[in-house]
Amino acid sequence: MIHWLTEPFTLQFMQRALAASLIVGVVCSVLGCFVVLRAMAFLGDALAHAVLPGVAIAYLLGANILAGALVAALVVAAGIGLFSRRGAVKEDTAIGILFAAALALGVVLISTVRSYATDLTHILFGNVLGVSPGDLWLTGALAVGVLATILLLYKELLLASFDPVLAHTLGRRPELLRFVMLVLLALTVVVSLQTVGVGLVAAMLVTPAATAYLLTRRLSSMMALAAVIGAASSVTGLYVSYYLNVASGAAVVLTATAAFLVAFVAAPGRGVLARRAAMRRAA
Amino acid sequence: MSTDDCLSLENVTVAYRGRTALDAVTMAVPHGGQVAIVGPNGAGKSTLFKALVGLLPLRAGRIELRDRAPGTQAQPIAYVPQREEVDWTFPVTVSDVVMMGRYGRLGWLRRPRAADRELVADCLDELGMADFAGRPVGDLSGGQQQRVFLARALAQEPHVLLLDEPFSGVDVGAKEALLDILERLRRRGITVLVSTHDLQTASQRFELVALLNGRLIAYGPPPEVFTAEHIGTAFGGHALFLEGMMVIDECGTGEVAGGQHRRDHERDVGDA
Repeated sequence: MIHWLTEPFTLQFMQRALAASLIVGVVCSVLGCFVVLRAMAFLGDALAHAVLPGVAIAYLLGANILAGALVAALVVAAGIGLFSRRGAVKEDTAIGILFAAALALGVVLISTVRSYATDLTHILFGNVLGVSPGDLWLTGALAVGVLATILLLYKELLLASFDPVLAHTLGRRPELLRFVMLVLLALTVVVSLQTVGVGLVAAMLVTPAATAYLLTRRLSSMMALAAVIGAASSVTGLYVSYYLNVASGAAVVLTATAAFLVAFVAAPGRGVLARRAAMRRAA
Repeated sequence: MSTDDCLSLENVTVAYRGRTALDAVTMAVPHGGQVAIVGPNGAGKSTLFKALVGLLPLRAGRIELRDRAPGTQAQPIAYVPQREEVDWTFPVTVSDVVMMGRYGRLGWLRRPRAADRELVADCLDELGMADFAGRPVGDLSGGQQQRVFLARALAQEPHVLLLDEPFSGVDVGAKEALLDILERLRRRGITVLVSTHDLQTASQRFELVALLNGRLIAYGPPPEVFTAEHIGTAFGGHALFLEGMMVIDECGTGEVAGGQHRRDHERDVGDA
């Protein structure tokens, strides 16, 4: 049994994969709590797809792919922030246009390369086994930055998410905090690029946080539990990927989804079973 | 204006979604005064509150709090929103919510201190909600949720308290409890503005009433404000006078099918 558990990680690239997956599981889930509570899931998904052209340009120029993604994500975050503040169209429309266009641009750029299919698959669905030591350092540094910002601005983010009106009257600049959220989201998308890819990062942002939401009644405990669920899903997904020989990013996401389904049915208080029991008591 | 006034509005004009929602409102509220703001739907009651807390910019005019602009001082105007504007499924406890009232004084990046926690406990105690401190806000009844938000407003240590439609959607017991709390605030000298549809409560339980419909129609003690003439101006065809009683129909802001106004719900009855 112990051999079964340790065997995958005797290989160095698997150790790096494990470290990267754990980082992504924790960062996505913690930030995801705000994404879930502020109903920003669509925005997170859009941001993920919108980094594609940045990745493509970096790839074509032979530059660092993560650096390219980072630049693209920050540009798009600023663009969406601008759009939604004084757009002529509704925010979700603006996001829809922006993200589809960016995705198309990314595909066009990547399709100029001969190894198009493989490269696109790696970007869309991640390639956690190909994480280099340099990638791991960058991922770790960005993750520490994101988590430290959330920790430092915890009370401001809580206030602006729960009651933007009070945040405004107390001089807490909710629109500035919203922009901070967008930047954190952009950084997190970049962190997740290699493990789950742009296609599945939204799942990591939303699913563990939603699971934790069903099981807790306070933001701080929701964030802590989401981090545990995210990390556990990452590790479990990696094992599934190793032993069943399936794509790792997708295995991680499906593990997280399974955890959500269990909570959705069985969570005390908010789960289906508990609500049905409460209705029966009331009847 | 005199220095006895806590809050003064001079010629305040506010536009909301491109339309003038408040036109040249001039009024002064004395220290510790309690004013009921009444008027038909869309009269600008919420707009007035949003302008007072700085959520909407003034197109013209001036607001002064203790002879200074509201944004320039530590003791602010605390605003208690309508219950429907709050996301009650958000994972926060009662004491988390009340602590938010302290954030304005804490500054960015600062954690609450023991003194803040003490004040939060005192505010909860004052409103009889101390036993609920650790409970999620979503578990409370409507009246309890309102008291939590009032506790949060008190934790801001405000000069002026704005309550947006506090009497709607709560039962009679909760309404009486709220009126008791307002009485205690009066003794503490906190100036209170309450927007309400409840003309009866406004006329019987408030010393000052402001009747609003886009502009300030009347302002003063209830008997001076609730005259047939003023009510007619504010509510137009929706006011009905029956042997010393006044019935106001709040449903018929638009015409219903058949051209007849419905009069079967949301009636406000007051002394004519």
